[in-house]
Amino acid sequence: MNLIPTEEEALLQQSARKFLDDKASVKAFRKLRDEASTNGFDRGLWREMSEMGWAGVLVAEDSGGVGLGHRAAGVLAEEMGKTLVASPFLSSAVMAATALGTAASSESAALLPGISAGEIVVALAVDEGHKHDPAKTTLHAKPHGNGFRLNGEKSFVVDGHVADQLIVAARTSAPPTGLTLFLVDPKKKGVEIERTATVDGRNAARVRFDNVEANGDDIVGDIDGGWSILERALNAGRAALSAELTGVAAGAFGITNQYLKDRTQFGRPIGAFQALQHRAAHLYCEIEVTASAVANAGRELDRDPGAAAGAVSLAKARAIETARLAVSEGVQMHGGVGMTDEFDIGLYMKRARVGTEWLGDYAFHAERIAELRGF
Amino acid sequence: MARDDADAPGGRACSLERLGNQDGLSRVWGKRMSGELSAEDFRADIKNWLEANCPPAMRGPMRDEADICWGGRNWVYQSHEQRLWLERMAAKGWTAPTWPGAYGGGGLDRTEEKVLREELDAIAARSPLESFGLWMLGPALLQFGNEAQKQEHLPKIVRGEIRWCQGYSEPNAGSDLANVQTHAEDKGDHYLVNGQKVWTSYADKADWIFCLVRTDREAPKHRGISFILIDMTTPGVSTRPIKLISGKSPFCETFFDDVKVPKANLVGELNRGWDIAKYLLTHEREMIGGGARGLLGVRALGEVLANYASDEDGQIVDPMLRTDAKRAEIDTWAFMLTLERFKDQAKAGRGVGDASAMLKYYGTELNKRRYELMMTAAGTDGLEWEGERSNDGALAREWLRTKANSIEGGTSEVMLGIIAKRILELPGG
Repeated sequence: MNLIPTEEEALLQQSARKFLDDKASVKAFRKLRDEASTNGFDRGLWREMSEMGWAGVLVAEDSGGVGLGHRAAGVLAEEMGKTLVASPFLSSAVMAATALGTAASSESAALLPGISAGEIVVALAVDEGHKHDPAKTTLHAKPHGNGFRLNGEKSFVVDGHVADQLIVAARTSAPPTGLTLFLVDPKKKGVEIERTATVDGRNAARVRFDNVEANGDDIVGDIDGGWSILERALNAGRAALSAELTGVAAGAFGITNQYLKDRTQFGRPIGAFQALQHRAAHLYCEIEVTASAVANAGRELDRDPGAAAGAVSLAKARAIETARLAVSEGVQMHGGVGMTDEFDIGLYMKRARVGTEWLGDYAFHAERIAELRGF
Repeated sequence: MARDDADAPGGRACSLERLGNQDGLSRVWGKRMSGELSAEDFRADIKNWLEANCPPAMRGPMRDEADICWGGRNWVYQSHEQRLWLERMAAKGWTAPTWPGAYGGGGLDRTEEKVLREELDAIAARSPLESFGLWMLGPALLQFGNEAQKQEHLPKIVRGEIRWCQGYSEPNAGSDLANVQTHAEDKGDHYLVNGQKVWTSYADKADWIFCLVRTDREAPKHRGISFILIDMTTPGVSTRPIKLISGKSPFCETFFDDVKVPKANLVGELNRGWDIAKYLLTHEREMIGGGARGLLGVRALGEVLANYASDEDGQIVDPMLRTDAKRAEIDTWAFMLTLERFKDQAKAGRGVGDASAMLKYYGTELNKRRYELMMTAAGTDGLEWEGERSNDGALAREWLRTKANSIEGGTSEVMLGIIAKRILELPGG
């Protein structure tokens, strides 16, 4: 497996960077935040990104996508991370599209062209407590008449406040794997959505389900067969989020390294001090090492998505630690101004924190690796 | 038992083997040249050859440093198989797979070399030969040496006949390597060398040494250094082992007292030795950072943990140790992928360059961390220094040895400085 970018990926990366610098700089994100956008993202921008094929990066061509694969999705996510782009890329284009594509039924396939076109947003409703742990899902779907009734509550449904459809993980048989995925229209009777503004200036939702009715056509995949589809979707999301976090780390590092050259104290640039040089150099190494794990996760998902869990967890664990180091060193090296809202480094710190918790924290992924390694 | 006389029955058998292998090689070569040999055929040929030629005793992980074959005039083979394996691989040129066939190398391109490595790994074949000749002098001669030097030295390195050591550091030239003072005076038909080297790895066992010497005391320090080759048997060369905290003496002090060196032994241009030194330092860092067999510990973390720290189900009992092991495993895996990535990059024709400082820094710090964990796992058993049970304190000695990883070949601090200045382009102090 080759871990350096293919020619196609290099071109994708360059064109993405050019587009984002032009249309989706950190300044654009800051404006979005200051306007307290209730969408949490710029719909016009998302449409443009979709026109370039980004929303269909994981959707097969016969469903309206471009089908470039997970490594390509990672390339895009990393570039988006560098300038803190807010978009439903991870929720809708990566996770929902993977779930629906894996399920491969006509009902789920019907949504894929809309996702690829950026016309609809589909969000994944998985988490319940304050920690990501799909195996402990308690929201349940019980047979009722010819269909089911869903009862329970989901938390941290990213983009759930604007989603046109929700993919809901529901307990239908014994834990941990006895899950069924339901496609639920959030306008349905019994669905209550509470928008939650998050620390990074974006949005998620708490979603309550009170006797929400669903039928067989709403099932994504098979009854009790939701776990494997969910794992595929989550792993796709974790890999892309790892790439985004690596982009966040690289972005934070980029502005910090520039600050080290620009800021003068004691009559010289602070970057001339060895104490800071060594810390910056160490951070550079961590980012490089993480970038390898992220590239590998994308490649493994493209090769065999059913066997990539370890590679994905490695990428997420590494990306979490690297982003944490990058933003905390970033704020520290900026000194007092690093604490001000005016400087961008704080925005990176907040995004890194959200990416850390979303889809499993370090402990969650380290444990998956430990089990794989027989520790 | 150790064998080292050429007339032993094994020796003759080896010679016959070699003839047979040469035939095999030309057959394969002919097919490759005519385009008949596909990638699958090439892999299959290698697989078959290894199956037939790698002695079973030479498969499986090395137990400790004594299993490493270094070659040289004075080498005492640890076993008949060790000798056989070296001779068979050397006959193929596969001890130096990518060196040109004209100098005894395997003549493989990077893709073919990768196939060979993969097939060697697949049967857990031990490295047939480790040497400073293979790692460092060979690449330097290929890049900077003249034809006569290549013809003279490279085939002997491939066959493990001459063992080389590296004469770089001096008492006052450590991190500041360009401060070397060992002097080579131009005496018309030869150089007269006087001075002292330190940290010369295995100088007491080596046959030849490649050295950085000062040939111009007036020039700026980087511009007055030359790269020369010295036969260790030349009168005036002496060595003294340095005993380390591990109780072992892999390093020596090497003294040059009016040593006459033929002028033909100058590599590259006079006073341009620093170019070669820089080239080799980059090379060395990649190698050390990559955990090249022979320089880093051969022990696997998982094995030590399984032996000492796990319950019947294989779960690590101590929660703190388990947590640390997880972190070490995550970082190790990611680092191995990084090595892969840079290998892929090199294969694509883009060198590793200054990023080798990163590989060196990260790899060596990681290795130290892994050995700390192994010592924790082993507990008081890991404290044994002598006796059969602990293989004469092998783990403890390896653990101590790893502390040099982040010093030799450029300290971690020097590496971070290189990254800061050359990659991050931070201003000078």
